[in-house]
Amino acid sequence: MVPLSYYLILSGILFTCGVTGFLIKRNIITIFMSIELMLNGVNLSFVAFAAQWHTLSGQIFVFFVMVVAAAEAAVGLAIIIAVFRTSETLNVDHINLLKL
Amino acid sequence: MTPDLHLWIVPVLPLIGAAINGLLGRRFSRQAVAGVALGFCGAAFAMALGVAIQFSSLSLPYTETLAHWIRAGSFQADFAFYLDQLSLVMLLVVTGVGFLIHIYSVGYMWEEGGFYRFFSYLNLFMFFMLTLVLAGNYLLMFIGWEGVGLASYLLIGFWFTKDSAASAGKKAFIVNRIGDFGFLIALFLLIKHFDSLDYGQIFATVQHLSPETGGSGLLTTIGLLLLVGACGKSAQIPLYVWLPDAMEGPTPVSALIHAATMVTAGVYMVARSHVIFERAPMALTVVAIIGTLTALFAATIGVCQTDIKKVLAYSTISQLGYMFLGCGVGAFSAGIFHLMTHAFFKGLLFLAAGSVIHALGGEQDMRNMGGLRHKIPWTFWTMTAATFAIAGIPPFAGFFSKDEILWQAYQASWVYWLIGVFTAFLTSFYMFRLWFLTFFGEYRGAAAAHEDHSAASHAHGHGGIHESPKVMLVPLAILAALSIIGGWVGVPKALGGDNRFEAFLSPVFQTRANAPQEQSAEGAAAETERGTELAFTGISVAAGLAGLYLAWLLYLRRRQLPQKIAHVFGGFYQAVLHKYYVDEFYAILLVKPLIDGSTKILWHGIDQGVIDATVDNSADAARGVSDSIRHMQSGNIRSYASWVAAGAGAIIIYMIWIGAR
Repeated sequence: MVPLSYYLILSGILFTCGVTGFLIKRNIITIFMSIELMLNGVNLSFVAFAAQWHTLSGQIFVFFVMVVAAAEAAVGLAIIIAVFRTSETLNVDHINLLKL
Repeated sequence: MTPDLHLWIVPVLPLIGAAINGLLGRRFSRQAVAGVALGFCGAAFAMALGVAIQFSSLSLPYTETLAHWIRAGSFQADFAFYLDQLSLVMLLVVTGVGFLIHIYSVGYMWEEGGFYRFFSYLNLFMFFMLTLVLAGNYLLMFIGWEGVGLASYLLIGFWFTKDSAASAGKKAFIVNRIGDFGFLIALFLLIKHFDSLDYGQIFATVQHLSPETGGSGLLTTIGLLLLVGACGKSAQIPLYVWLPDAMEGPTPVSALIHAATMVTAGVYMVARSHVIFERAPMALTVVAIIGTLTALFAATIGVCQTDIKKVLAYSTISQLGYMFLGCGVGAFSAGIFHLMTHAFFKGLLFLAAGSVIHALGGEQDMRNMGGLRHKIPWTFWTMTAATFAIAGIPPFAGFFSKDEILWQAYQASWVYWLIGVFTAFLTSFYMFRLWFLTFFGEYRGAAAAHEDHSAASHAHGHGGIHESPKVMLVPLAILAALSIIGGWVGVPKALGGDNRFEAFLSPVFQTRANAPQEQSAEGAAAETERGTELAFTGISVAAGLAGLYLAWLLYLRRRQLPQKIAHVFGGFYQAVLHKYYVDEFYAILLVKPLIDGSTKILWHGIDQGVIDATVDNSADAARGVSDSIRHMQSGNIRSYASWVAAGAGAIIIYMIWIGAR
C-alpha cells in the first residue's frame, strides 16, 4: 500500500503548482485552471485521509468541493466571456476597471 | 424697625439697561437707546435718593442677603449688600455723577458709531460699580472690582479700530491685573485666618486684635496686599501708568470711570478696610507715603503735558494721591470727602474738556487752543468753577476737602504737609496753565487742521467752533454748582463750620485708634489748635493763589518765559516732559524680558520645540511608515494573492516549527 505521506506530498505539489500558476500567470483562463488545480490538490489530501482513517466524511467533502468547483467554473467562465466581449483581452493586468 | 430697602435692585437696574441696549440696541433708534440707558441709570439714582431719604430711620449698618452663594464648610459668602454712611456717600456720588455723565454722553456721542454699544458698556459699568460699593463682603466687592475693570477696558478701547486705543485698553487691563493679584492674595489670607469675607464678621474679629507694632504681621500683610490692589485700581505709584493712556477712550468715559468713580474704588476699599489698616500702622504709613509721592510725582508730570486730557489724567492721579494721603494718616473721612468733591470737580473738568474738544472738532492739544472764553462761554464758566475748585481757592469745594487732608497730614508729619502744599501749588499752576492756554490769549489753531485730525479719531468735525448742545451743558452746570457748594457740607470747625460731613461719617470710622486723643484735645488746646489750623489754611490758599499768579505770568503775560525756563532746566525738563521715562523703564525692566522670555522660551522653545514638534513628528512618522507599506494596496490581484500565499507559508512554517519542538 502507498503510504499516506506520498499522497500528501503529491497534494502539496499540486497545490503549490496551483498557487504558483495563480501568482505568475496573466491569462484569466490559466489563473482559473490554477484555482481548479489548487482545489483538486486539496481534494487529493481529503480522499487520502479518508482512505487512511476509513471514514466517509472526507469522500463526501470531495464531492461537495467538486460541485462547488463545477458551479464556480460555470459562473467564472460566463464572467470571463462577458469580460472578453467588453475589453477584448484576457490579461488580468489590463482588466482594472475597479481600480482608481 | 428697619424697612426692607431691596438694595439689590439698585445695581440690577443698570444691568437691565445694559442687557437691553447690548442685545437689542442695534435695532433701536438713537433716541430709544438713550432713553433706555438714561431711564435705568436715572432709576438707580432715584432709588439711591430714596435710600438716602429713608436713611435716618435705618439701624446701621444695614445688611441684606439676597441669596446664598458659596457655602463650603464653615466658610460662606452670600449675595449680601451692606449699607452704612460710607456706602451711602459712594452710592450717591456714583449714581448722581454717573447719571449726569450719562446725560452728557448723549450729546457727546450723538455723532458716533456704536452709540448703543457705548451706552450698554456705560450701564454695565454702573452695575459693577454699584455692586462694588454696595457689596456686603469682599468677594462681592471683588466681582464689582473686576467688573469695573472690564467695563473700563471695553470703554477705553471703544474706538477699537484705532491701534492706540486698543492697546491702551489692554494696558489698563493688564496693569490692573497686577493689582488684582494682590487683592486676591489678601482675600485668601482673610479666608485662611478669619474664615470669612463678610465685612461685619471680619471687622468684629479684627477689632479685638491689638495693633501690630512691628513691620510684619498678618494684618500688615493683608493691608499691604489690599494696598497693591488699591494702587492698581486707583492708579498710584507704581501702577499708575495705565491711567494717562486710558485717555484714549471717549471723554465722558474719562470723566465717569477715570476721574469720578472707578479710580476712587481703591480709596473706598482702603476706607472700607479701615479697621484692618488701623491695626497695621506700618501698612497705613505705606499708604500715606505712596499717596504723597504719587501726588507730587503726577503733579510735576502734569505741568509739562500739552494734551488737555493728559493734564487732567495726571491731575487725577495726583488728587487720588491726596486721598491716599488722607487715608494713610488715618483721616479716612477727609479722604472720602475729597473723593466726593473730586468726583464733582474732576468729572466737571473732564466733561468741560470734552466740550472744548467737541467745540474744536477733536483738537486736544492746548497749544492749538486759546481765546475760547467768548466762543464757548458756558464751557468756560463751568470749567472756571472746576479749576478754582481743584486749585483749592475758597469757597469752592476742593478747598475744604484738600485743606482737611493737609491739616490732618500735618498732624501726622510735617513732611506730608510740606509735600502736600507744594503739590497744591503745582496743581493750581498746571490747572490755571490749562485754563489760560485754553480760554485766554488768541486762538492758535488752524480751523482746517482739525478737520483732518478729527476725521481720524472723532466724528465731531462739523462746522467751526461752536458751543455744545444743551444736553451737554446742563450736566456741566449742575456739576459746576456742586463744585462750588459741594464742599460746604464739610466746613471745618476752625472756619466756623461744624464739619457735618465728618460727623456724618464718624459712626463708620469711630473705631479709629486716635479717637480718644481727639477727645482730650478739646478745650484749652482747641483754641491754639484753631489758630494753627487757620494759619495752615492760609498757607495752602496762598499756595493755590501763587500757582494762579505764576500761571498767569507765564502763560498770559510773558509767553516766551516758559520756553526759556524749559531751556534752563534742560535735562530735567526733558525727563518731566517724557513722564520721567517711567513707561520706557517699565518696558525695559518688565515688558521686554517678558516678551523675550515668552518668545524664546515659551513660544520657540516649548510651544514649537516640544508641543508642536511632538505632534508634527508623530504625524511625519505615521506618514513615513504608511509611505512604505501603502504599496501593499496596489489593486493588483496577484500581489494580494502573493501576500496571502506568503501569509499561508508563514503559518505553515510556524506550525511545522511548533510541531518539531
